[in-house]
Amino acid sequence: MIAALEGPPIGWFDLSPLLVLLGAALVMLVVGALLPRWPRGLYAAFTATAAGATMVLAMVLWDDVSDQGARYLVGDAVTLDGFSMFATIAIAATVLLACLVTDDYLRREQLDGPEVYALYLTAGIGGIVMAMANDLVVLFLGLEVLSLSFYVLAASHRRRSAGQESAIKYFVLGGFASAFFLYGAALVYGGTGSVRYDEIVAAVNTTLLVERKDALVLAGVALLIVGLAFKVSAVPFHFWAPDVYQGAPTPVTAFMASAGKIGAFAAMLRVLTEALPQWRDDWRPVVWTIAVATLAVGSILAVVQTNVKRMLAYSSISHAGFILVGVEAAGHTAGEADPSGGVAASMLYLLLYAVLVMGTFAVVSLVGRTGDDQTDLDGFRGLGRTRPALALGMTVLLLAQAGVPLTSGFVAKFGVISAAVDQRSYAIAIVAMLASVIAAFLYLRIMVSMWIVDAEAGDDAREAVRTPLSTSLAVVLSVGFTLVVGFAPGWIVSAAEHATTIATAVAP
Amino acid sequence: MNAALLAELRPTATWYLVLAALLFCVGMVGVMVRRNPLVMFMCVELMLNAVNLSFVSLARELGDIRGQTIVFFVMVVAAAEVVVGLGIIVAILRRRPQATADDLAELKG
Repeated sequence: MIAALEGPPIGWFDLSPLLVLLGAALVMLVVGALLPRWPRGLYAAFTATAAGATMVLAMVLWDDVSDQGARYLVGDAVTLDGFSMFATIAIAATVLLACLVTDDYLRREQLDGPEVYALYLTAGIGGIVMAMANDLVVLFLGLEVLSLSFYVLAASHRRRSAGQESAIKYFVLGGFASAFFLYGAALVYGGTGSVRYDEIVAAVNTTLLVERKDALVLAGVALLIVGLAFKVSAVPFHFWAPDVYQGAPTPVTAFMASAGKIGAFAAMLRVLTEALPQWRDDWRPVVWTIAVATLAVGSILAVVQTNVKRMLAYSSISHAGFILVGVEAAGHTAGEADPSGGVAASMLYLLLYAVLVMGTFAVVSLVGRTGDDQTDLDGFRGLGRTRPALALGMTVLLLAQAGVPLTSGFVAKFGVISAAVDQRSYAIAIVAMLASVIAAFLYLRIMVSMWIVDAEAGDDAREAVRTPLSTSLAVVLSVGFTLVVGFAPGWIVSAAEHATTIATAVAP
Repeated sequence: MNAALLAELRPTATWYLVLAALLFCVGMVGVMVRRNPLVMFMCVELMLNAVNLSFVSLARELGDIRGQTIVFFVMVVAAAEVVVGLGIIVAILRRRPQATADDLAELKG
């Protein structure tokens, strides 16, 4: 007699944010394939509703974990805590905004269909799993679900060869990086006997003291950092980002820059601070070096670009450098009972940056006009005259990306830099401030092109920039959020701190 | 050769770990050197399978079953990657037959 196989307890309600997204993705695929085309806008509305429901459920669960405490789910594979719920809310928000932008885009390009929305939902699931994972292999699965969705999304505009080229580049380099990450997981497994974060921490006191396998673990940690640094497009693993951001359809670029970064950085924070706190003195200098290189390269190379999507790609590399400053600050106190501000500052930065970048690319997707290829600086010429409201919104978003006070960008940058200063990492804080000054030049170039550069002959013959309803709504939401957070940052800063305190309570 | 020497030459987990590391390096160099997208993709798969071999031999060395179960997850992921990757590669080659990675240089700057 074989004993009945007993599965691990699941905790269905605790997983409800993921299940809603999964159910919506299946509905999009099955119903989309079986039924005739839905009326216009309904695919996007359905997906946006699912994303909104996910946000609400994540807030309910956040409230629940702050009462009941954080817990492991599905046989300890994933963690339910404030940190993972904060990331869930941020990712669901990006799915929602991406739906608003994509609806107009797909109709303009005559590509409307359910597939893109289903892929947004699966990518969102991947990102959330990455943020929740308590196991390197679960993290790998989330990473692949996210990445595979992105590869297809990059190629989703069937008539643009640039999109396909970006997809193949992203695919080969992404697979390359995933292999590094997985090899790192294998070596950590060999060194500690487990791939679970809590068991890796516990293993130090047993395995490693008996037979030193530090070399194996350190090689593994290095490979894990390579794999994750690739996903967040940190220097020197950033080559793919400008090509992919430029080639992919603009709403997809926006989604990659926001949801992809949230998932990858949440995973990086969790792996480094929860699984590998004992090696913090080994990985912190590495993160420091990567952060400084990313800040410098991202800010300086952005200045020489002429394509706005490419500029924003380098700007997103530079933003990744700022978030790495927060990761470095978190590294000083990783594994200690008293949490550092680094984790909270990084998560807050991710949320604020995600909304900002969604709004910015929403404007770029309108300026790209039919065919999505007028994204050079010339395409923005005269926007202040023809579409003043749109140009004003873009200006606010660009000022926020530059970190001007009274915008959310300032709150984000102030958070990570003050977290670094609290840990006495003065050098990296100074580099970050210098980088933000250099990067401001890039945003000014776009603004100058919109408002000041004189019109040239033939400008009037160009297709006019249209402002359809749902993309405008996305821009308005994004600008509104930017200004509200800029003027009254207290509530969201304390929300991020609250979320990450619940996370650290679960660490052994 | 005597029996003691033979016993000493019996493959241990370390041999397999070294083999896996070599396979991984072959795949890594292949991705960086080869220019045919299909071959680059095969090299990525080789890297993933090298990791699988590492997982199995480490699990054997640790006497732990979990390392072997991980291999199944990795295989599923690799299969999903094949589906997506071949789809993209076929779409590109249909548009531009004989394309190599160097020809795909529309995007630069």
